[in-house]
Amino acid sequence: MNTLLNRATPYLQATPLAVILGFFLAVPILLLLIVSFWDYDFAGMYPGWETFNYTDTLGSWVTWKTYLNTLKYAAMVWALTAFIGFWVAYFLAFHVRSATTQIVLFLICTVPFLTSNIIRMISWIPVLGRNGLVNSGLVNAGIVEQPIEWLLYSDFAVVLAMVHLYTLFMVTPIFNTMMRIDRSLVEAARDAGAADWQIVWNVILPLAKPGIAIGTIFVVTLVMADFSTVQVMSGGQSASVALMMRNQMSLLQYPAAAANAIVLLVLVLVMVAGILRIVDIRKEL
Amino acid sequence: MTDTTKKTGISRRSLLKTGAAAAAGAALGSGAITGFPTIWAQNPITLRQFGTGVSNLNAIAEKCKEDLGITLEMTATDSDAAAQRAVTQPDSYDIADIEYWILKKVFPTGVIQPMDTSRLTYYDKIVPLFKNGKLTPDSVIAQGTAPHTVGFVEGPDSKSFAAGETGWFTMVPTIYNADTLGIRPDLVGRDITSWADIMDPAFKGKTSILNIPSIGIMDAAMIMEAMGELTYADKGNMTTEEIDRTIDFLIAAKQAGQFRAFWKSFDESVNLMSSGEVVIQSMWSPAVAAVRAKGIPCVYQPLKEGYRSWGGGLGLAAHLSGAQLDAAYEYINWYTSGWVGGYLNRQGYYSAAMETAKEYMSEDEWGFWIEGKAAAGDILSPDGVVMEKAGAVRDGGSFEERMGSVACWNSVMDEDRYMVRRWNEFIAA
Repeated sequence: MNTLLNRATPYLQATPLAVILGFFLAVPILLLLIVSFWDYDFAGMYPGWETFNYTDTLGSWVTWKTYLNTLKYAAMVWALTAFIGFWVAYFLAFHVRSATTQIVLFLICTVPFLTSNIIRMISWIPVLGRNGLVNSGLVNAGIVEQPIEWLLYSDFAVVLAMVHLYTLFMVTPIFNTMMRIDRSLVEAARDAGAADWQIVWNVILPLAKPGIAIGTIFVVTLVMADFSTVQVMSGGQSASVALMMRNQMSLLQYPAAAANAIVLLVLVLVMVAGILRIVDIRKEL
Repeated sequence: MTDTTKKTGISRRSLLKTGAAAAAGAALGSGAITGFPTIWAQNPITLRQFGTGVSNLNAIAEKCKEDLGITLEMTATDSDAAAQRAVTQPDSYDIADIEYWILKKVFPTGVIQPMDTSRLTYYDKIVPLFKNGKLTPDSVIAQGTAPHTVGFVEGPDSKSFAAGETGWFTMVPTIYNADTLGIRPDLVGRDITSWADIMDPAFKGKTSILNIPSIGIMDAAMIMEAMGELTYADKGNMTTEEIDRTIDFLIAAKQAGQFRAFWKSFDESVNLMSSGEVVIQSMWSPAVAAVRAKGIPCVYQPLKEGYRSWGGGLGLAAHLSGAQLDAAYEYINWYTSGWVGGYLNRQGYYSAAMETAKEYMSEDEWGFWIEGKAAAGDILSPDGVVMEKAGAVRDGGSFEERMGSVACWNSVMDEDRYMVRRWNEFIAA
């Protein structure tokens, strides 16, 4: 009896989380999968086992172009946030001496998050617009004659807003990893005659990889699933995968959107699996 | 249910259910009282109305409660959701407040019951546009889903549309307007006279059209035709070849950088215009008013090819019967009796029963909104905000001038799904 209880204990302990994950994660995804095989028209959805939602999605050049476009955004935003995130975290972890200042500075990084995502995004519009702050500044200073058109409603605007929105998701895990780096390693490297850049390149960067990997997972999934930033900052001129899904949902084509969601889910899981193969984030946990 | 049981059933049921209030109900049901609203307060009746938002106004619900004692529960959705709800949840509403092109999809499914025009007190006052498609006897019938083509059915159980007036209405028309392009007169720098002007290279990167496929494609068709690129047999019901040519044209224009943005919601169109990002774009009339309210010049420019028009009405849910059906007729008769019409006219829309609305508008308001005359005094919105200063003239002029030159109505195409797919390609291109 006692041994039975002993053996059941870990399962019992895991039950609450399993129930929560099962109910809020597994069941919805299962429903999504089922619905993606249904038929539909404007009036409703009809249970069935149709594959045309997938063949339509994967057979259309729009899908491929949209996925490529979204991946392009993901790559650009990832490169920029990783670069900025690494140096911000490096500054916080290695240049700021006192723990109090570190915490204060880190909290300052999070201040923008007290406002909503949408507000932070939309605030770029009066800055970047044709008659916006940047353009009127440049024109009044005589630097350019005509306002620069590509500042707003362009890929530039989309990437800028995303970098602004998502950099902190990179800073936090990298900062966290860097704080755990044993300072004696840095001292040892210095004693061995390493220059500053060699310490960063050969000691800190390899040890910060798990943090970068976690940040990458955050940023990539956020960008892949984004629709509002792309819609607002490109002025509806660019497509993203999630925007395509939203268009389908607004036209009540739920099964088509579900099929699209499954494709996106598979793609993102593959990407995350790839990241996990390269970097062992369990070292971090 | 046959005709006879319908007529007598009303009073019998009311009598059984409500006693005292039944007298009023019976009198109403038999048509003894006309043009004189029955107060339903003793027997509280609630009507659930859902629709696309334009006419789902709280002011109407309040006034309805005050005049009729009928509580109106209103739900607003977007047009696609409205179409779906109308069909899939027919018991969730009593009154469907939908546009005619949605009705074309919805009515054949049998969720809306035809209404007996002899029970509509103001049927005679409804403008002929909704009866035969002609505003004046010599008007040309516009393309697209013109309301009169889906306005009548043969009988109380019919599900297919009749060719002409029959005495069985699918919906009573309530609100409609003529849409065109909005411009910034201070920034365009020349006269705008045609839909083709939106493609003028001078406005490269300063134009926008709306990203709502069923309406955007119509604006695109107006542009294509005005440029002489293509003449459509029916802009409201394109062939796949016409859809292909229209979308290919849009994609080419997009890639050449003609458009600044595509807007999806009302506020986006207002911001694009007021910030000067665009100088000419598809627009809705309240958006033009909103830009002007900021003190920025904006004109709802009449164009020589005519307007793209839309219209909505009230339909009776199929499940209505007895006292509820009476109340619904009563509500519709109240709706067309003038107060609501005046309210809608003062918002820049049009009421379907113009004569009754006139009694609820001042002479100056009538002159400005309907007759196209210069305003003698300031023109106020229904909630008392100054919309136009004295001396202003409505863009496009009078009711006859605007609704008389409608080129096409919002519509649903047979090739709807194909069109939406190609539209998505345009946005992704």
